[in-house]
Amino acid sequence: MTVHQLSIFLENKFGKLSELLALLGSENVRIIAATVADTSEFGILRLIVSDPEKAYTIFQGHGVGANMTEVLAIKTDAEAGRFAEIISLFTQAGVSIEYMYCFSLDKQSIMIIRTNNKEAAFEVIRKHHIEHVNACDLINL
Amino acid sequence: MYWQKDLETMDRKSLETLQTQRLTELIAHAQQSAFYGKVFTEHNITPESIQSTEDIRKLPFTTKEHLRANYPFGLASVSLDKCVRLHSSSGTTGNPTVILHSQKDLDQWANQVARCMYMVGIRDTDIFQNTSGYGMFTGGLGFQYGAEMLGTLTVPAAAGNTKRQIKFIQDFGTTCLHIIPSYATRLAEVMYSMGIDPKKDTKLKTICIGAEPHSEAQRKRIESLLGVKAYNCFGMSEMNGPGVAFECTEQNGLHIWEDYYLVEIINPITLEPVPVGEIGELVLTTLNREAMPLVRYRTRDLTRILPGECPCGRTHIRLDRFQGRSDDMIILKGVNIFPIQIETVLMGFKELGSNYLITVETVGNNDEMLVEVELDELYTDDYAVLQRLTKDIGRQLKDELLLTPKIKLVAKGSLPVTEGKAVRVKDLRTFA
Ligand SMILES: [Zn+2]
Repeated sequence: MTVHQLSIFLENKFGKLSELLALLGSENVRIIAATVADTSEFGILRLIVSDPEKAYTIFQGHGVGANMTEVLAIKTDAEAGRFAEIISLFTQAGVSIEYMYCFSLDKQSIMIIRTNNKEAAFEVIRKHHIEHVNACDLINL
Repeated sequence: MYWQKDLETMDRKSLETLQTQRLTELIAHAQQSAFYGKVFTEHNITPESIQSTEDIRKLPFTTKEHLRANYPFGLASVSLDKCVRLHSSSGTTGNPTVILHSQKDLDQWANQVARCMYMVGIRDTDIFQNTSGYGMFTGGLGFQYGAEMLGTLTVPAAAGNTKRQIKFIQDFGTTCLHIIPSYATRLAEVMYSMGIDPKKDTKLKTICIGAEPHSEAQRKRIESLLGVKAYNCFGMSEMNGPGVAFECTEQNGLHIWEDYYLVEIINPITLEPVPVGEIGELVLTTLNREAMPLVRYRTRDLTRILPGECPCGRTHIRLDRFQGRSDDMIILKGVNIFPIQIETVLMGFKELGSNYLITVETVGNNDEMLVEVELDELYTDDYAVLQRLTKDIGRQLKDELLLTPKIKLVAKGSLPVTEGKAVRVKDLRTFA
């Protein structure tokens, strides 16, 4: 139900992002999804990669502090209104979304979601038979 | 326990008698120099002017500008054939300064350093590695001769090359280090990153840290990272170098050797003495330096005398942890700020690393302060937590400084670290 996501503290410094991503590329770690949350001061780079453990070790080896978190990965069809529907199920259960990002492939969308309450979120997913993706599925995308 | 029990534990009255006698001799001797000959004549000072240590106040101050103006040998009180070494410190503006030493001066200096090292428990069975730069920088040769006089096996590793320092520590079984505090933290970090646990994999037990102001929290951090006792040492090239004042094992204030130095603490603005216990500028007179005595030298270092007796039994007064230099003091919007105040606040946050940089610059018509500080690890994925941390740092700094600096969290390892002194303050203001 969950996948591992790596977060990296990113300063607003020119070239920093490409430098970090190049570290993974050179070690054959594939990036499946990435997002940068940003303020004027700093950003957090969030990554879903083909081998999170390896990526974590690579970052540590280069003195880059990374944080590993579990996030939900939900699969939906890319129809209008589907996102809203799923989010509203969480809202009704009192689960709030801390952040989310999505990507679409063919006619399908993957939503990566971080909630404030993992257990309650699982419950929502089970109850409403929301289709989710596990780590292996995601890597094979 | 004592290197020189009679001198270190001498009762105050005898100590003052000794100081008065040495001060009188000093006046007679310093008159030999071109500089003091002229100054004393102008102020009508003779050895007879000194009846007690209080009479020091009849004498004028000596400043770094005097040393520069009389560069290189204008303050020599003996002929150059009596001198065996000089140390020169480069000036960023104007002339550098020179301090001359006779053989007697060097022997006394080594004795001071040996006394300090012995005080913190270093013995001839120890192995002492000095990570100071050698050459003109007094932390190198100063500790070298002191440690040799004490009888330790010395490893004059000099500055830099962290991997090699670590190899020496492991290969030779180094037990003691002389190191600047920012480099001590760095050394520990490199050890851990190499898979070396200094507490298990080295024999380190005592380190002497100095040359940079640092907070108690930073000392504690160094002690726990390296598994050692860290002792604060104070020295300055004008006063020889290391060995002027040093903490005893109480770790509560630095004993300054009053048989070598006469201590005053003055208000840097009014130049009047401050009451015991109040912070002011340290002013020192060398009591028995031969080649180049200095009278009422304004050190620009801010500290205070700790009142009361030290449980270690030494009678020489204790100076509090240095509060920075009156030159380093940042005056921003009329507020006096010392970098150590900022450091103390930052070290209180376990989320932060030990590197920080204070930048002061003119933005529009305002002078602004920016504090950049390294995050220790990214311990959270939550944006709000980092923003809250930034706010908390800002609030605590505001309480301490009475103005609000801008705070910027930066990634670990991104601030400039030299293997010499860490850059702590950048003043980019344009003074129109
Ligand atoms: Zn003591």
